[in-house]
Amino acid sequence: MAEVKVAEKKEAAFQFGKNEKKLLVDPLNNDNPVTVQVLGICSALAVTTLMNKALVMAIAVTAVLALSNLITSLLRNGIPKQVRMIVQLVIIAALVTVVELALKALDYNIYKELSVFIGLIITNCIIMGRLEAFAMANSPWRAFLDGIGNGLGYGIILIIVAFIRELFGKGTVFGLKIIGATPDYLINTTESWMFGWYENNNLMVLFPSAMFVIGVLIWVHRGIINKSLVDVS
Amino acid sequence: MDLINIFIKSAFIENLALAYFLGMCSYLAVSKSVKTAFGLGLAVIFVLGITMPINWLISNYLLSETGLFGVDLTFLRLILFIAVIASMVQLVEMVIEKYSPSLYNSLGIFLPLITVNCAILGGSLFMVAKEYNFSESVAFGLGGGFGWFLAIIGIAAIREKIRYSAVPPGLRGLGMAFILTGLMGMAFMSLMGIDPAAF
Repeated sequence: MAEVKVAEKKEAAFQFGKNEKKLLVDPLNNDNPVTVQVLGICSALAVTTLMNKALVMAIAVTAVLALSNLITSLLRNGIPKQVRMIVQLVIIAALVTVVELALKALDYNIYKELSVFIGLIITNCIIMGRLEAFAMANSPWRAFLDGIGNGLGYGIILIIVAFIRELFGKGTVFGLKIIGATPDYLINTTESWMFGWYENNNLMVLFPSAMFVIGVLIWVHRGIINKSLVDVS
Repeated sequence: MDLINIFIKSAFIENLALAYFLGMCSYLAVSKSVKTAFGLGLAVIFVLGITMPINWLISNYLLSETGLFGVDLTFLRLILFIAVIASMVQLVEMVIEKYSPSLYNSLGIFLPLITVNCAILGGSLFMVAKEYNFSESVAFGLGGGFGWFLAIIGIAAIREKIRYSAVPPGLRGLGMAFILTGLMGMAFMSLMGIDPAAF
């Protein structure tokens, strides 16, 4: 009994040791929410046509995930087991509404472009999955770190996919022209040699390309970076 | 006629799974065999067809400025929609269990899973964004559900066959499912040119 008490005391403090670091780093590779846990695919595919959309989505999901993990973990001993799904959904829905209203006020254009996908953070399975699997059984500080870690793991995939799709689909990165047809203001200048040798691939902007890019990412991840993840079944 | 157009459009041209990537989590997780995919697909049609009109009533008679309370309550939309979906799924589950135990057994765990299937919530949000009227929202719900059903049946059938192919180790399972879905999406893209009014 004494040992349990000590452990509880230790956990309650805001310490940052090896275990806590693992919570942050694991989702980036071994336990990535998108490529390994297969959670939150819908939004990962739909918002990755442009990098700024992907970045806003990554930040929104990380914020909702960290805060809902924190709140659920604080309430975890008071939530009856039978209604826990409803309680979790209400927590998430409230946070998503806050994020939606904040984004509407801060950047209306991005809000319009993301349209229903901000609302769909509610049913983003990363959030339900982490609440159910982690926050219901861990202390608030650890749950918060887990939320941040998984949000980053999700965000990094979003950014990579969006980078590939925007670069090859539109020739831009964050709206900045990198390759593709020569922009009007550079015609007949010394910089015009940088452009013109690449034709934008419109398929990259359309939906199937998101599938191909993530499929290849999974291949690279499992085939080269982390061979232990190969599906043996 | 308009309703048939909306049905065809939402089922084939604006397929929820293959054009909007909605419900991808369960789509990838439950598409290992045709039998289970069939059950989940049916349940999705059912729940979409029921929740869509209810959410239409809520958003037009409770939340809009001209509604029951006379104030703009649209900020409550997400919470109410998800509550309706969760409770409808629960209700459907109980009704099916009472009146058709065999269907209940074949759907099994998929019914509760549907609550967090983003195709359902996404369908409701699209319905609001597109400003459909009541009967159009029913057609949109049924069409969207049917499109999702077709998509999951298709991928499950392909995945059953691909098990016998020599896929590179890193792509096995999940990676291949993604690429196959991309190919199916390309196939569905060819339907984009169809003018539903021609039917």
